[in-house]
Amino acid sequence: MASAGVDARGLTKSFGPLPAVRGIDLSIAPGETVALLGPNGAGKSTTIDMILGLSRPDAGTVSVFGQPPDQAVRAGSIGAMLQTGAVVQYLSIRELLHLVASLYPHPLSVGEVLELTGLSDLADRQTTKLSGGQSQRVRFAISLVGDPDLLVLDEPTAALDVEGRHEFWDSMRAVARQGKTVLFATHYLEEADAFADRIVVMAKGRIVADGAPSQIKAKVGTRTIRATAPDLDLAEARRLPGVASADRLGDQIVLTCADADAALYALLGSHAGIRDIEVRGAGLEEAFLELTGHDEEGALR
Amino acid sequence: MSSLTYTRYEVLRMLRNRRFFIFSLIFPLVLFYVIATENRHARLDGISFPLYYMTGMIAFGTMSAVVAGGARIAVERSLGWTRQMRITPLSVGAYFRAKLVTGYLMAAISLVLISLAGLSLGVHLAAANWAVLAGLVLVGIAPFAVLGILMGNLLSADSMGPALGGTVTFFALLGGSFGQLFASGVMHQVIELLPSYWLVQASSSAIRAGGWPVEGWIVVAAWTAAFAVLGRLAYQRNTARV
Repeated sequence: MASAGVDARGLTKSFGPLPAVRGIDLSIAPGETVALLGPNGAGKSTTIDMILGLSRPDAGTVSVFGQPPDQAVRAGSIGAMLQTGAVVQYLSIRELLHLVASLYPHPLSVGEVLELTGLSDLADRQTTKLSGGQSQRVRFAISLVGDPDLLVLDEPTAALDVEGRHEFWDSMRAVARQGKTVLFATHYLEEADAFADRIVVMAKGRIVADGAPSQIKAKVGTRTIRATAPDLDLAEARRLPGVASADRLGDQIVLTCADADAALYALLGSHAGIRDIEVRGAGLEEAFLELTGHDEEGALR
Repeated sequence: MSSLTYTRYEVLRMLRNRRFFIFSLIFPLVLFYVIATENRHARLDGISFPLYYMTGMIAFGTMSAVVAGGARIAVERSLGWTRQMRITPLSVGAYFRAKLVTGYLMAAISLVLISLAGLSLGVHLAAANWAVLAGLVLVGIAPFAVLGILMGNLLSADSMGPALGGTVTFFALLGGSFGQLFASGVMHQVIELLPSYWLVQASSSAIRAGGWPVEGWIVVAAWTAAFAVLGRLAYQRNTARV
């Protein structure tokens, strides 16, 4: 057990009457990259806070490299990128990284981290004069500069555009190659799929799925087909192969599909009058609701 | 791994924050000039008025300067910076040391500036008296140095303005920075339990008999210890996302 990177048992945390995390078991092996995937309010940040020792669980235990979180933090084993926005003012980026590096027993060189995070050109800029994407990169650099064994990233790409996200994950790949244990929270299945060895899905404070990206995708990867089809009968639509449920919104039908490809072929084959076809992945939020089931809410009452 | 670098950057950040720097120091200085210039030739109990008033303003000025850092702490918390620091190996002790150093630096600058203002209005004190005044004032502001850190860890950034202003006014006024309020009686006895009373006594030690009795040390030590315990608790509890 002492060899686990992160080991959480029965973690539980409520804020007043609101349960945020309801009994989580999570074990992350050293060197593993794990994505914590879930919608807003799933309990991802609360879980991360407990792993970092920023929040004390109401019940359950958590250890990092076999130590309580605060000891692991003091030993310099953890680097984290938190969600909260700005970095402290009146320092240049270089000075800020130097400050953080000075607190760790064996930090990376500031120049190296600036290079890795693409901040070399901005090194002497004041922290108050950064765009959202730039300050996000600075916070990433802060989490790296101490050369921690465990890297925890709470929605590292939250405020970034598509290009920024690509840049971020490019730097991240270089870091992951160094054999660090990485835990990151995200809303995006694509990100989790592309960068994690393992995906842990959270919803409503519980882990609802835990496995390799391919397994998780099969579980939450439902798609919907929308199309204008005034003449299509709903009951008929429901019988199409691959369709899980069907709804009508005026002239539009919405088909929720387990196998959207099969459903689409069948739809096109049988009905000529269908137009404005749109296929999209179901929002994670909806997918999670499917996974968690509605019965549970009822059971709680 | 050294908290010296951390402290150095704390000081640097404070000095670069010009508006904070200026506003933390300027008011006692202005008050001194406005009031003492007009009365520069007056005497009070055989003491020149500028000297008398200088000692009061040194107590007020060093107190304001040393607690002002609390506002910076509240802002650092609101930015999430304090949380970020807590997941580094920075110890509670090193965090407090750095904040105390910056607070004391501000107080020392305030002390020097108001003393220079006194000299510019013809205040005369023997070197030994200056030394005693400075030494005792630096002891007397200890509770306020810790109080600033406590308030910064307890209150939100947007309530710090009124909270600090009110606190400083309360202690400075009752302690006698602007002139003694009660010479005797129950109120005087109560006020003798305030740390600001002893700060004013420290500052005025050079111009009156009696020095700084044991009671002063006890009151200052007790308030400092109490604020330090509360400050540490506030810092340790202070992990929530703001």
